Amino acid sequence: MKLTLRIWRQHDADTAGAMATYEIDGISEDMSFLEMLDQLNEELILAGDDPVAFDHDCREGICGACGMVINGQAHGPERTTACQLHMRHFSDGDTIDVEPWRAAAFPVVRDLVVDRSAFDRVIGAGGYVSVPTGAAPEAHATPVPKEAADLAFEHAACIGCGACVAACPNGSAMLFTAAKVVHLNVLPQGAPERESRVLGMVEAMDDQGFGGCTNTGECATACPKGIPLTAIAAMNREYLRASVKGNRRR
Amino acid sequence: MHPASDYTAYRTGTPIADTKAPDGPIAERWDRRRFDAKLVNPANRRKHTVIVVGTGLAGGAAGATLAEQGYHVVQFCYQDSPRRAHSIAAQGGINAAKNYRNDGDSVHRLFYDTVKGGDFRARESNVHRLAQISVEIIDQCVAQGVPFAREYGGLLDTRSFGGVQVSRTFYARGQTGQQLLLGAYQALSRQIDAGAVEMHPRTEMLDLIVVDGRARGIVARDLVTGRIDTYFADAVVLASGGYGNVFYLSTNAKNSNATAVWRAHRRGALFANPCFTQIHPTCIPRSGDHQSKLTLMSESLRNDGRIWVPKAHGDTRPPADIPEDERDYYLERIYPAFGNLVPRDIASRAAKNVCDEGRGVGPGGQGVYLDFADAIRRMGRDAVEAKYGNLFEMYERITAEDPYEVPMRIYPAIHYTMGGLWVDYDLQTTVPGLFAIGEANFSDHGANRLGASALMQGLADGYFVLPSTINDYLARHPHDDVPADHPAAADAVAEVTARLSRLLAVDGDRTPDSFHRELGELLWDECGMARTDEGLRKALDRIPQLREEFWRRLKVPGTGEELNQSLEKANRIVDYLELAELICLDALHRAESCGGHFREESQTPEGEAARRDDAFSYAAAWEFTGTGTPPVLHKEDLVFEYVHPTQRSYA
Amino acid sequence: MALATRTARSPSLIGFLWRSTVGKKAVMAATGLIMLGYLVAHMIGNLKIFFGPGEFDSYAHWLRTIGEPVLHYEWFLWILRVVLVAAVVLHGVAAYQLSRRDLAARPDKYRRTRARTSYATRTMRWGGVILLLFLIWHLLDLTTLDANPNAQHGHPYANIVASFDRWYVALFYIVAMLALGLHIRHGFWSAAQTLGANSPRRDRVLKATANGLAALLTLGFVAVPIGVLTGIVS
Ligand SMILES: Cc1cc2nc3c(=O)[nH]c(=O)nc-3n(C[C@H](O)[C@H](O)[C@H](O)COP(=O)(O)OP(=O)(O)OC[C@H]3O[C@@H](n4cnc5c(N)ncnc54)[C@H](O)[C@@H]3O)c2cc1C
Ligand code: HEM
Ligand code: HEM
Ligand code: SF4
Ligand code: F3S
Ligand code: FES
Repeated sequence: MKLTLRIWRQHDADTAGAMATYEIDGISEDMSFLEMLDQLNEELILAGDDPVAFDHDCREGICGACGMVINGQAHGPERTTACQLHMRHFSDGDTIDVEPWRAAAFPVVRDLVVDRSAFDRVIGAGGYVSVPTGAAPEAHATPVPKEAADLAFEHAACIGCGACVAACPNGSAMLFTAAKVVHLNVLPQGAPERESRVLGMVEAMDDQGFGGCTNTGECATACPKGIPLTAIAAMNREYLRASVKGNRRR
Repeated sequence: MHPASDYTAYRTGTPIADTKAPDGPIAERWDRRRFDAKLVNPANRRKHTVIVVGTGLAGGAAGATLAEQGYHVVQFCYQDSPRRAHSIAAQGGINAAKNYRNDGDSVHRLFYDTVKGGDFRARESNVHRLAQISVEIIDQCVAQGVPFAREYGGLLDTRSFGGVQVSRTFYARGQTGQQLLLGAYQALSRQIDAGAVEMHPRTEMLDLIVVDGRARGIVARDLVTGRIDTYFADAVVLASGGYGNVFYLSTNAKNSNATAVWRAHRRGALFANPCFTQIHPTCIPRSGDHQSKLTLMSESLRNDGRIWVPKAHGDTRPPADIPEDERDYYLERIYPAFGNLVPRDIASRAAKNVCDEGRGVGPGGQGVYLDFADAIRRMGRDAVEAKYGNLFEMYERITAEDPYEVPMRIYPAIHYTMGGLWVDYDLQTTVPGLFAIGEANFSDHGANRLGASALMQGLADGYFVLPSTINDYLARHPHDDVPADHPAAADAVAEVTARLSRLLAVDGDRTPDSFHRELGELLWDECGMARTDEGLRKALDRIPQLREEFWRRLKVPGTGEELNQSLEKANRIVDYLELAELICLDALHRAESCGGHFREESQTPEGEAARRDDAFSYAAAWEFTGTGTPPVLHKEDLVFEYVHPTQRSYA
Repeated sequence: MALATRTARSPSLIGFLWRSTVGKKAVMAATGLIMLGYLVAHMIGNLKIFFGPGEFDSYAHWLRTIGEPVLHYEWFLWILRVVLVAAVVLHGVAAYQLSRRDLAARPDKYRRTRARTSYATRTMRWGGVILLLFLIWHLLDLTTLDANPNAQHGHPYANIVASFDRWYVALFYIVAMLALGLHIRHGFWSAAQTLGANSPRRDRVLKATANGLAALLTLGFVAVPIGVLTGIVS
């Protein structure tokens, strides 16, 4: 099929960007969206232009590297990642707008590549269980009810892609942060640090310049891994609980 | 004179031996080694800096653990976050000899299965240690909050996986690697936050700095600014993963690459068994030339799916119209004992054979059916969905076919590389102070890796083995600073910069990818599932020509002082073009069939792989002598005191 | 660390909450719910107007005598006023501060956008502003009576009629009530979410309740100006 692409081009964080238009032909519907961009880039290189920079690695929808706003929707029309979005969901002659994640906490690095390191700092503020290597008890010492294990898994499935932030009108990282808080706080292994974890991560989230949550719900709609909106309620509950319990930091 | 014939004229140098493994009863060796190892006084650890390249299961685990021990860790990955390492893609599970099922499993059985599965080309002491540590890994990960699948009683669930008859594989849906990696990533993040680990994401190691024969640092490029920097340390650990992407199409992450290990090889680290590459039987067949990578369908699918092709050649009827008696469930037919669960290399080759016979299905006849009709009839659709739901979704998303209705189509693809940097029992390479862990080394899987054993090895190396053995090295080499302007560093930087500017200068008419594709196809055809003397020589002829053409016709836009993904690619291809040559030479010299390496000249009358222990019971460690010039072969003889080599038979 | 936590001077709960987006939002939710509670009562009270001047005015008088003899005349009303003012101020200030932050966190918009959220959700901020303006007018109109020329203290019934006889005032009230309805439609569920009361099981129920409350309050309040305009109340 034949497509018109309008893609955000921006050389680096300091220079202003703009949408550029490209015509592309001979797109197979079995291609992934990224393979379509690969073809565009091959053509750009031979034409002596700079190819479009975008993050990607696994191309299986699991590493969370890829991410772009396609026609105003994070990761495009399907509930999946850009690398797992196939061209059969578009039709011949379409005009497709491709933009980077837009959020103050995710500055653009180049073209469709943004800096998501703020996520790593949120995890560093408590998104772990403090168990040095070797200090672990026998795995069966603490059975975990299947429901808890499944709930933990459902939230642990977050791939840190940032679509939630990109989709949120407030550039809020609530869904991402909530996913990790719920994952660890529902498990007995996470219990000892239950309060410090949620307090620390929310504080970091604010410090990283993410917006607040107005319960808009766009994040959960965009999330390729189906992290439920109620995760945010659960995190709020954990946060208020921790605040009341009184071990407040700073 | 001909370049290829020239390259094949390799020399056999002095044999190499693993001097670190203690002798004595195998079950006691690891304890003995840990006891004999010198320790670094906790107070002095801070003074020691360790560079860790990679944040996958191996690197992530090692970085976190070394920092917990008190060392100063400087860590690198090319992704924007350590959490995205290729390990994240692992689906099926991780082995451990917990014997929770009481089905006769034990450390010794896991050890035995791994040595046998590796077709007797792995080192016994290493494998046994791996089996011992496997149980600690599960404890560690569970404590980290890794949400492994559980049963209603709240205990961990396990399943049988890839050609073993005990259920020793722990899993988290189809996303085991992701959950294990996030566990390591979280432990690492804790250390980064504490300032114990200095993390450099989007920074690619481009060379190794060797000072007075010891690895003392690396040269790395900031992928965003293009800045080339040197980093110094008391020891360097490579956890940079496998080199499967040399084949262009593989199940590896798109940017996985061989640069770190190949640069180290050029600096003196021997490269062992490069031709031991694993082909995974259950991948989604390619859909066209646009294909950028291949997607794996976890082989756990083989537990319930049945593999078949039509009996008749060129039978193009839709699967549903092919009656039972006109189907050939060839694995169940040829290997009644193991059926669809035979090891990967066997399942892959069988698939290739039926396709070569013209019985393959799907576009280009490059595929076989993986059928769940029976499973759905037996367990019910819901049970199947609960077990494989996300894999089925993934398949449908990619192929637009519903595996609940029509059988999946699968075909083998390059998946894993058993070969890698040669390391001793301490995981140290032949360059003192340079260690290699995870898929980057060659150690534990011999000629073929069993399913769910790579995660086990990566975590064993990272959490438990390296952190103990590196102590010994650091204790023996008190910290001393390397002057930033040391000639060795300056040379390495100069070489790296020269190479990059040369890549940018060619300004030809072919894209980096076009070369990578061509090289990949060549390797897949001549050095893929079945290899012949003739084909390998053909490849060895072609590769130098391709290399020459690369430097003449390559086109890389932009500059080196910016985010330039084409430059990154081109730079990795330079190394592939050299590594590919070594892979083919290794495959050529090993005139036997073993594990993932199948030489058509060496097979039994029944067409099974014929191993030749008399001539090839060794690990081939190659020494670099120059681009395109014949390397030197150092043999490490393999002695088997506990598992007596037998012809692998799964019939 | 644990020690540091304990020794570090720990602020009051509200003070602590006010410092984080999640906490500040909780304050908003709580104050919002307080106001919501008041409004339910207020609406029910207002409906007494359909039983005629006598009953309505005595009700208004009773409002001032609640709690007697323990409380003095109008004390309860004053306590209520203090609570309400506190609520409105906290709610409004939090809303303002959070909105500022949220807008800053997402500086540039997308070229093409697909809003997949409800109208109520998207109009919370403007709805709030309208409500604020309404409140000011409303107090001047029916409490202080400054904005209600021909009105006299102690005769709320007459005052209401006098006020709504001016069609534009009635219209403004009706518009404001619609804004209120929307505000609550998202607000109630949102508050549950913010206070962590939501869960996969409760989600539907809460959404339904929110819609119910919104409809109830809007209709209940709007009934009065309509009543006056149609002459049912005169
Ligand atoms: C699709 C798939 C499924 C798999 N499933 C299973 C399974 O079910 N069970 C199992 O046991 N095994 C499985 N494997 C194999 C297993 O996942 C890998 O062997 C293992 O994860 C390798 O881990 P690693 O830490 O050695 O390297 P990786 O996880 O590959 O990490 C490499 C790291 O090195 C970094 N790096 C590389 N080069 C450089 C450089 N030059 N400079 C800086 N950083 C660099 C990367 O950024 C990355 O962080 C699977 C593999 C694939 C491809
Ligand atoms: C003073 C004028 C008011 C302003 C400026 C205002 C503004 C806002 C804003 C901006 C929000 C946040 C919207 C969101 O989070 O999605 C909000 C939420 C809310 N408002 Fe108001 N509002 C006002 C009056 C009221 C009144 C009178 C009520 C009582 C019915 C009310 C009840 C609520 C509730 C329940 C919420 C939900 C809180 C939450 O989301 O956690 N508000 N308000
Ligand atoms: C058509 C709808 C409404 C009518 C007819 C109405 C009527 C009145 C009347 C008659 C009074 C004065 C009572 C008295 O002093 O005895 C009053 C007071 C008040 N109303 Fe309303 N009201 C309406 C809607 C609202 C709404 C939507 C709000 C809030 C957003 C509100 C908030 C108040 C407040 C805060 C007071 C002051 C109470 C006090 O301190 O005395 N009213 N209202
Ligand atoms: S919550 Fe969903 S959208 Fe947000 S980062 Fe995780 S996976 Fe991506
Ligand atoms: S979209 Fe944003 S406002 Fe909250 S509910 Fe999701 S974070
Ligand atoms: S590239 Fe890994 S999720 Fe898309």
